[in-house]
Amino acid sequence: RIHRHHIVGTAFIMAASAKDARDLVTAMRSAYAKTPTRLKIIDMYVIYGLVTAVIQVVYMAMVGTFPFNAFLSGVLSCVGTSVLGVCLRMQVNPANKEFTDLPPERAFADFVLCNLVLHLVIMNFLG
Amino acid sequence: MAEGGPLGLLVFATILALIGVLAFSIRLFSVIKYESIIHEFDPYFNYRVTQYLTKAGIYEFWNWFDDRTWYPLGRVIGGTVYPGLTLTAGTMWWVAQKINIPLSVETVCVFTAPVFSAFASWATFLLTKEVKGTGAGLTAAVLLAMVPSYISRSVAGSYDNEAVAIFALVFTFYLYIKTLNTGSLFYATLNSLAYFYMVCSWGGYTFIINLIPIHVLMCLITGRYSARLYIAYAPLVVLGTLLAALVPVVGFNAVMTSEHFASFLVFVILHVVALDRYIRRTLDEKTYRLAFTVVVTIGTTGAVVLVGILVALVAASPTKGWSGRSLSLLDPTYASKYIPIIASVSEHQPPTWPSYFMDINILAFLAPAGIIACFRPLTDSSTFIILYLVTSVYFSGVMVRLMLVLAPAACIVGGIALSAAFDTLTRSIKYAPAAPPAVSIATETEETPGLIASPASSATTLKEKAKDANAEKVKERVAKRKQRKERDAMEKKHVPEEASEDKLALLPVEASAVGLVLLILLASFYVVHCVWAAAEAYSAPSIVLTSRTEDGVHVFDDFREAYGWLNHNTDENDKVASWWDYGYQTTAMANRTVIVDNNTWNNTHIATVGMAMSSPEKAAWDIYRSLDVKYVFVVFGGLVGYPSDDINKFLWMVRIGGGVFPHIKEPDYLRDGNYRIDDQATPTMLNSLMYKLSYYRFAEASMDGKGFDRVRRTEIGRKHFKLTHFEEVFTTHHWMVRIYKLKEQKNRVRGKIKRKSKAGKSKPSSTTNRSSSKGKSQK
Repeated sequence: RIHRHHIVGTAFIMAASAKDARDLVTAMRSAYAKTPTRLKIIDMYVIYGLVTAVIQVVYMAMVGTFPFNAFLSGVLSCVGTSVLGVCLRMQVNPANKEFTDLPPERAFADFVLCNLVLHLVIMNFLG
Repeated sequence: MAEGGPLGLLVFATILALIGVLAFSIRLFSVIKYESIIHEFDPYFNYRVTQYLTKAGIYEFWNWFDDRTWYPLGRVIGGTVYPGLTLTAGTMWWVAQKINIPLSVETVCVFTAPVFSAFASWATFLLTKEVKGTGAGLTAAVLLAMVPSYISRSVAGSYDNEAVAIFALVFTFYLYIKTLNTGSLFYATLNSLAYFYMVCSWGGYTFIINLIPIHVLMCLITGRYSARLYIAYAPLVVLGTLLAALVPVVGFNAVMTSEHFASFLVFVILHVVALDRYIRRTLDEKTYRLAFTVVVTIGTTGAVVLVGILVALVAASPTKGWSGRSLSLLDPTYASKYIPIIASVSEHQPPTWPSYFMDINILAFLAPAGIIACFRPLTDSSTFIILYLVTSVYFSGVMVRLMLVLAPAACIVGGIALSAAFDTLTRSIKYAPAAPPAVSIATETEETPGLIASPASSATTLKEKAKDANAEKVKERVAKRKQRKERDAMEKKHVPEEASEDKLALLPVEASAVGLVLLILLASFYVVHCVWAAAEAYSAPSIVLTSRTEDGVHVFDDFREAYGWLNHNTDENDKVASWWDYGYQTTAMANRTVIVDNNTWNNTHIATVGMAMSSPEKAAWDIYRSLDVKYVFVVFGGLVGYPSDDINKFLWMVRIGGGVFPHIKEPDYLRDGNYRIDDQATPTMLNSLMYKLSYYRFAEASMDGKGFDRVRRTEIGRKHFKLTHFEEVFTTHHWMVRIYKLKEQKNRVRGKIKRKSKAGKSKPSSTTNRSSSKGKSQK
């Protein structure tokens, strides 16, 4: 009896969640369309960085980890630039109350500086 | 800092400069009392590496393979040393040379630690200012400039990693808190660079990369997620890991050892929380809940898979991915069970209770008061300070050496407490005669039950609490029962006056004045104790010993005498064997190749030397010959009463040697569970090389001919014996270092060889018969 309940319950949840998932996706899309273009550009940059990192990991899984420092520097540079992009987005977002007195030029200058340091380290570590 | 105008600014700047001068000069006692030399053991290695750096340049330094230690293995210096200290001192020396100040490398090395302790005080000021304000900052800086625990590892001459590492630690924490408070990516970059400097300097950097994730996790759990937290932590993880991997000592350990996994885990958790917040902001409530359930179901399955892989990887390694030293911190009994070398170092023993009072003095009881002060109000930065204090208290309880990490935390928290106390008391005095209601607070205590809560909580000093708490409690109960109405009326009247003073009520003027005087007395006790500790307890260079006699001070300079003798009277390629304690000093001062040194990276090699010291003369001679050793020296304190000699360290030689070579059994050397060298000692002990090399000619040379050992306080067991395989070449003035040379193998040995060769001829033939017969039977 319990077995049957369990299977029926799971099927019900999965059917419900499939419909909910579609609703969710449409809701997210409509909500996201409202974000300013500037932030969307930053989001594209972040997603591009993450996709590149995933590609590198898949390549590493296929080819092996030698030389490990090249792999590490590649993946960490992609993750790093994505993280810095997210930081920039948080600082530039007009909806963020904490950063209202921070001019976006300053935020961008900090972003460039941090990226410079990051890539200097990456180039040193590539080997 | 804005208060007080230009005069206030001037006073502030003067105080800060004087703190730096104080931190520098309190550490100069050793230079004044002894001379400007490098102390102890480890600093000699750092000094030698710095010498090499200044002579050969940075590229040679990175690629240096040292063949003058761990003969015949050698040591890759570039890959096994934390370069921060040597690079810092080398840079300072180079800068001084460029501006035509001809400082020698030794001078720069000796004074590196005091200079950086001044910087550390200023960094403590900056950190505490971020948490609580300028007053607390200055107090904390003064406390750190003088705290004995930090002085003990940073006197002039103590040229060790901690000298710059504590500055790097505090500075990294300051930049982290600054980023957390301002949310500026610029400070996040600086934070990563400061963390890089810390990784270069000391193995204790793992403390930073584990404490900051714990703090971030705590902020996430208590609902303090903000964009500033993300900016403070996420770039640090990525940049910090990369920078840590750049240092050759750490290398790929930055991503592969368990010490760093906490940072990655919290990195992932932080992103999950950030994503969750973003979705919650963009969607409405209902769809958000849907999204939440979907993400949770997908996320948990993914997380379970990942965690499963991680656990499998970690469980595959025998130490679960942690290094031996880190494990011995987490499980204090680990080292004594598995790694006797780590257990044998005296710095790695747990501290005793009195050592807390000796090392951080009044901060030991100011710290809890400071923790309470950190809760009012509780900000991100004050939670960090509380976490830092609690974790460092735990680690200081595991290992005496880590009292040093506790010192800045205790100073910060103690500074906050002292500053808050001073604030309350001086405020009470300053605002006391202002308005009648204020006076009525002081005199008519029945009317202030509603205000009792604030004075009781604002009196953060223990003395004030003890004095007022009892009085306030009694009055509170009486008044509450009697006058509730009057209390409400009084509250409404007092709120407008209090609002301007942040709801801190005022204490009576007399009590405040007495409290102030007592606090100043307390601080002066601290100063007196710190200066005494710096002058008497922590300034000994341990390579030069002194003792007071009726004629004045008697100096024991035996170590340098012995190394000088070795330097001048032996060939440059001769190998010298001793216990590993003296390896660094021998290579640095005597400039001879040694077998084992303080790096203790190869347990088997050390066990070989330990076995040789525990074996009889012939066996030891064989072992040393196999290692190409020409000279052996032992440190002997029996004539003058120097307790840290090799006979007292002998038990470790037996234990470490016995750990690798099973024929060395510790019970053979013990009589009733004790190591003895008198006539009750076991024959194995009396025949061991250590005994013979220490006590050779000791009985003849002592005044009464009986050979009384002043350290063990007994007469020695075996008094008159000759050495067959070693010859004594030098004994220092106070017999503290005794150098022996291995005798050459005899050219001809009469009698024994003939008998042996006859036996040898007969034996091989029988064995060959046996083996050939075996072969035949096997066929």
